[in-house]
This record gives sequence, C-alpha cells and structure tokens, in this order.
Amino acid sequence: MSLVARHLEANGLPTVIVGSALDIVEHCGVPRFLFNDFPLGNPIGHPDRQDMQREVVRMALGLLETASGPRTTVVSPFAWKDDPEWRGRYGRVDPAERDRLIAVGEERRKYRDGLKQGKAP
Amino acid sequence: MSRNAEPVRYMDRTRDYYRALGYDKDYAWAHFEDVPFARLAKPLRESRLGLVTTAHPADKSNHDAKGVRHVWSGDVEPLPVVNTDSLAWDRESTHTRDRESFLPIEAVSGWVREGLLGSLAPHFHGAPTGYSQRKTNEMDAPEILARLREDRVDAVLLSAL
Repeated sequence: MSLVARHLEANGLPTVIVGSALDIVEHCGVPRFLFNDFPLGNPIGHPDRQDMQREVVRMALGLLETASGPRTTVVSPFAWKDDPEWRGRYGRVDPAERDRLIAVGEERRKYRDGLKQGKAP
Repeated sequence: MSRNAEPVRYMDRTRDYYRALGYDKDYAWAHFEDVPFARLAKPLRESRLGLVTTAHPADKSNHDAKGVRHVWSGDVEPLPVVNTDSLAWDRESTHTRDRESFLPIEAVSGWVREGLLGSLAPHFHGAPTGYSQRKTNEMDAPEILARLREDRVDAVLLSAL
C-alpha cells in the first residue's frame, strides 16, 4: 500500500494512509500516515465503533490539509481494547511448533511451484 | 512507554515467521530515502476523495487462474460486501466482520454530508498485496492511478488491513 501511495503522490495526487504497521510504512517512506496502534485488521477503528471510525477518518482527512511535508506521521489517540497481550500474538513463532511450521512452509512451496508450472489452484 | 506498549515490529515478526517456515531468504521490505509529496489543489470541502483497500471482492474475482491478484474496483453504493479471508491480519485478536473498520465508506460519506469533504468517488479500488514490489510499481500502482483519474479524484485515503 505504501508503494501505491508513493506512486499516486509522485503523479500529483495527495494521499493519506491509515494503518497499523508503523514500522513497515515508515521504513518505506510515505507522504502522510495516520497510525492506529491496533491489531492488524481494523486500521480505521474498533469493529462496530462508528464514533471512533468517524473520528479516525476526520483525522485522516485533516492530515491531507495540514501535513506540511512528506513523512508526516500522526499517532491516533485511540488504544486497542482491554487486551494487554495482543501485541505478542500476530505471527509469533512458538518453538514447540517448529515441525508443524516447517510442514506449512513445505506445503506452501509445493503450492507455489505448482502455480509456476501452470496448475490451477 | 513500557516495552510492552511499543508498536509491534512487523518486519522482525515476519522475518522470524518465514525463517521458521524454512525460507532461507529474508524478504527485503521496500525502503526509500526520498518521499514524493503533493498538496491538495483545492480545499477539502471542495475535493473528491477516492478510497483504496487491500480487501478482495466477495467472489475473489481479482485472482487469475494462477492465483495472482490484480487491481479491482467496486461501487460505494450500494454498500459492498468484501472478502478478507486470505489477507494477513490478526485473527486471534480481532475480526473483520465490520467493513467500516477497514474500508470506511459510511464514515467518509458522513463527513461529506457534514460539509468537511466535497464528495466521495463512486468507486473504491482494490490494491493487491503480494510479494513482488516490481508488479506493484509497474502494474498495480499505475492501474490504480488510472482508475482514480477516471473518477476525477483530488485526494486518496488508503487503508491496508
């Protein structure tokens, strides 16, 4: 998504990204970024919290007008729910699952090789 | 801020996960020193906004026979049903049953009614997420730009799951 924003901007279209992967977006370098420190999946706000979603959109729209230069990151004031463990979950590698993960990887590589050879998924 | 409350380092997390899957080459995330910047040509209250999402159409018709994902577009009205099954998001911590939590058509429309924003473009556009930065740069991003120009948008809000 960061690459798309850069391309649009290079062609004269102002953009704002709203997202939750701060490191990836800032590593790439984008014009305007509104960061919500939430689990991946709900960058605009908690599910079914229209009040929060509206406010996040308002902040993103505001950034289109107020950012004075590229790499403008604004951190939204909203926090995730009462769930202190969420940051440790996504994509974690549990050593006890080593063999299962290797098998998942093997399966993926076979699937990809099949696609490259023209087999329909 | 306690160490616990630092933003998740997704690049590290992804690298460790793929190593555990047995991939021997780490993914090289896109990185640039220079960042382009364009200003709004007119006030927000007169501007038309386009939306870009990473979600898929409900029928996954953005996938070709080889499973490769392509740019797709949908109407903002009637409100669309989209699919997030094969995207990377935190299934243990949340859910994506509320489309507005990642593709905010109604929230944006609300600000149009309030007069903060001029209008919302009639279509939103789907950006494929994939391994190939070359495909994104050379095919997908130019295609999205062309579609946004067809919609005569003045600014774009992109939200990735």
